[in-house]
Amino acid sequence: MSFQSLILDLQRFWADQGCVILQPYDIEVGAGTFHPATALRALGPEPWRAAYVQPSRRPTDGRYGENPNRVQQHYQLQVILKPAPVDSQDIYLASLAAIGIDARLHDIRFVEDDWESPTLGAWGLGWEVWVDGMEVSQFTYFQQVGGIECDPVSTELTYGLERLAMYVQGVESMFDLDYNGATGPGRITYGEVFKRAEREFSTYNFELADTARLGAHFADAERECRRLIDHGVALPAYDQCLKASHLFNLLDARGAISVTERAAYILRVRALASACCNAWLAGARAPD
Amino acid sequence: MAELLLELLSEEIPARMQRRAVEDLTGLLRDRLAAAEIPAESLRGYVTPRRLAVIAEGIPAKQPDRTEERRGPRVGAPQPAIDGFLRSAGLASIRECEIHDTDRGEFYFAVVGRAGRLTTEVLPALIRAAMAELPWPKSMRYPASDVRWIRPLISILCLFEGEVLGLPVGGVPVGRTTRGHRFLSAGEICVANAADYRERLGEAHVVLDQERRRKVIRQGLEDAVAAEGLSLKSDPELLDEVTGLVEFPVVLAGAIDADFMALPPEVLATAMRAHQKYFSCLRPDGTPAPRFLFVANNVAVDGGRTIIAGNERVLKARLADARFFWNQDLKVPLEARVDTLKERIFHDRLGSVYDKSERITALAEFLAPHIHGADAGRAGRAARLAKADLSTGMVAEFPELQGIMGSYYYKAQLHSAEPQQIVEHTQVATAIGDHYKPMGPNDFCPTAPDSMVVALADKIDTLVAFFAIQMAPTGSRDPFALRRAALGIIRIILENRVRLPLKRAFTEAAEIFYKARDPARFSYWQSKITDDLYPELMLFILDRLKVRLREQGTRHDLIHAAFMQAGVVESDLVRLCARVNALEGFLVTDDGANLLIAFRRASNIVAIEERKDGRRYADPVDPTLLGQHEERALADYLVEVGSRAGTLLSSEEFEKAMAELVRLRRPVDDFFDKVTVNCDKPALRENRLRLLSGIRATMNQVADFSQIEG
Repeated sequence: MSFQSLILDLQRFWADQGCVILQPYDIEVGAGTFHPATALRALGPEPWRAAYVQPSRRPTDGRYGENPNRVQQHYQLQVILKPAPVDSQDIYLASLAAIGIDARLHDIRFVEDDWESPTLGAWGLGWEVWVDGMEVSQFTYFQQVGGIECDPVSTELTYGLERLAMYVQGVESMFDLDYNGATGPGRITYGEVFKRAEREFSTYNFELADTARLGAHFADAERECRRLIDHGVALPAYDQCLKASHLFNLLDARGAISVTERAAYILRVRALASACCNAWLAGARAPD
Repeated sequence: MAELLLELLSEEIPARMQRRAVEDLTGLLRDRLAAAEIPAESLRGYVTPRRLAVIAEGIPAKQPDRTEERRGPRVGAPQPAIDGFLRSAGLASIRECEIHDTDRGEFYFAVVGRAGRLTTEVLPALIRAAMAELPWPKSMRYPASDVRWIRPLISILCLFEGEVLGLPVGGVPVGRTTRGHRFLSAGEICVANAADYRERLGEAHVVLDQERRRKVIRQGLEDAVAAEGLSLKSDPELLDEVTGLVEFPVVLAGAIDADFMALPPEVLATAMRAHQKYFSCLRPDGTPAPRFLFVANNVAVDGGRTIIAGNERVLKARLADARFFWNQDLKVPLEARVDTLKERIFHDRLGSVYDKSERITALAEFLAPHIHGADAGRAGRAARLAKADLSTGMVAEFPELQGIMGSYYYKAQLHSAEPQQIVEHTQVATAIGDHYKPMGPNDFCPTAPDSMVVALADKIDTLVAFFAIQMAPTGSRDPFALRRAALGIIRIILENRVRLPLKRAFTEAAEIFYKARDPARFSYWQSKITDDLYPELMLFILDRLKVRLREQGTRHDLIHAAFMQAGVVESDLVRLCARVNALEGFLVTDDGANLLIAFRRASNIVAIEERKDGRRYADPVDPTLLGQHEERALADYLVEVGSRAGTLLSSEEFEKAMAELVRLRRPVDDFFDKVTVNCDKPALRENRLRLLSGIRATMNQVADFSQIEG
């Protein structure tokens, strides 16, 4: 199964479960959770089901395309089910069956892994899901986002697409993944699409990023976020919060943040996230 | 007498929480049943990744009937008081009351019989309360249920005498059904009673009993290694964890790619264990074998081929990662990483790890001359580099490899070492690798001289630094593992018989600390070290030493008796323990026990008279006043024994010194038999009291016998 058909099959599966199939958010984020379709929509009472692919940027994980398993940008398929269905685990297992992972042949396990995002002020209880020892998904019952209790609780599923595809295709390097399923000259691998990006972004993240400018951008985004919250526009404010979060990740990758400063930066982003979440809920209560 | 079967089926319970959860649930039910006067004769708890179950037998069908007496007004009380009491007791006439004579006069008593409730009426609320009280380390809310649990509850099976007992839980079905293994069993299982429950779960591929599951896994692992002529690297904690990850254990074996066998054995074992929960196998010579064992939770239709292949591939990726870190880390010399420690906070109030490594370097150089075979140059170098591996990728990934990686990188980065330097470099590398050890009472304790120096320096500095900012452990809270550090110091010193007076070590460490921290007020701090810091540290060490020796069966009072030496704290732990041992041997002999009695008699008399007279009788005996033969004999013996014991003590011959004391027994006994201390001549009386005081002083030279109990 090619990388792209894995995505298509999972999207089809979740569409059949009543999810709206969204597109990636157009701001750099570290994980699919940051997409407003999860981070903000997990709050408040309205039912919501969505699935989407999200490029996830983690500058510190870059390895110049030299490591078969680690990259500074990978893809997640993110699913949010609100309220959490009673048969969440069964639906999830059915999604694995839909991409050819037969439970009779494999060893599928739910291993404790409580999820927490300090910058988002979010946490939940759940597991990482193992297939034959390989972590293929994160499964979380959201308890809090932006420091606010989730009521009702949602089920959040995150598939690490490259890992899952490597498993399904039986390849040992992410860059060898069959991207499009074509044979002959039309065949495209993951490496052909992304290896250069890995090399160049690793160089940028670790060597070239201008830390003084990143620091200034961070301060700008923080200020802009606050200003927008004062105007009650939660979504544009949240965009600025996401930018601040990514700038922090870049500064971190560049080694420009000491251990003590690090904690302070995380608190600053968390304060923005919390303000955005509150503004989001306040806006939802206001008449349209 | 009836049987209760309770099963709480849930989504996967974290392995590390299962043991505690089943103990708590059975404990809560046992206590609550007893409190409700329907105690179970037996109660057993079971736990798997998906269920907590309790089977209780011999529960009475109802609570016993009770009569309760309620005291009313005094006989002859005004009518309104009597009417009020009758109303509240639900009685029609005062004739229904009994009259009892109490120590305050005659009172009316209402005797109310209370019929015991049926157990079936009591149980639902009782079980619900036990569930609510179960202390999960974390718990969650989830839609459609009012139960907070570790993960969502799927269903509850609750049978009393085989009949379904409804429970007041919202949103969770309660009945006589459960489910078997997630993949090896389909649909719901209907259960008649506890025996049927066990049997049906067995058929449904659930090994319910955690102890049995553990045994099955251990046996499976042992069989698997034996089949290949290998042995298993013992790992009871991992075995426990894996027992909590499977309902139907299937032990499988995979191969490790030969390419990775060049990685350090600790890296292999940690990469397998930490992320993958795999067991390591050893060759007969103790080196790692290229095989790993793991425990699946499924009997696959292809006999496990796919599962093994999958796990092998995952491990390959993990080890490729480890090798990547290894190669990357080697590019930066350990020496060059020392500066990165400035960025790493040791503690907000204690500066960076760099500051700490500067301190332990200085301290190691000071300590080295005290340890036979150690070298200040090597130990100082090891101390300086000891923390440098904290900035390596490998330690970031596997924090438990700290120290060990530093040791490997140090060795791997030596390029053109001369042969004679190799031994020296190996010693430095070992000292880096050992310096966090021992990590507890059963961990490896360093034996190489340079290792001992650096390991001691690190721990002594940690204690001094946290005590200096008044962050000594309180109660059960010890967030910086200072007790473990103290035990580490004790173990290194005693197990290697290191003759290091801790007073010198603590004082030096504290001076290094304050010189760096507050040089301007150094002389002020110096006095604080002597007056406050050192005594506190020494008492802390004594406390841990007592715990350590108690575990080995030594009486704690003997430690107290040996701790103070002529008013000075004994800070040489080796000497302290030698004295404790000699004392222990001495006191079990007849002579020792009798001498202790004589000592107490002498001290008691002196203490009483000193209190009475409001003065001390510690001056030397006046020989001209010694009239009776027994007095003179005792005085002579005290001088002779005192001087000989003193000589023996200074050469640390504690047994012989004790034996010397035994010679006092006869003259002391004779003295008490024949001499009257409190005679009517004041000068004689005082001289005799001084003589008794002399017994105390002579014996206290060897140990503080007043601390000995029993």
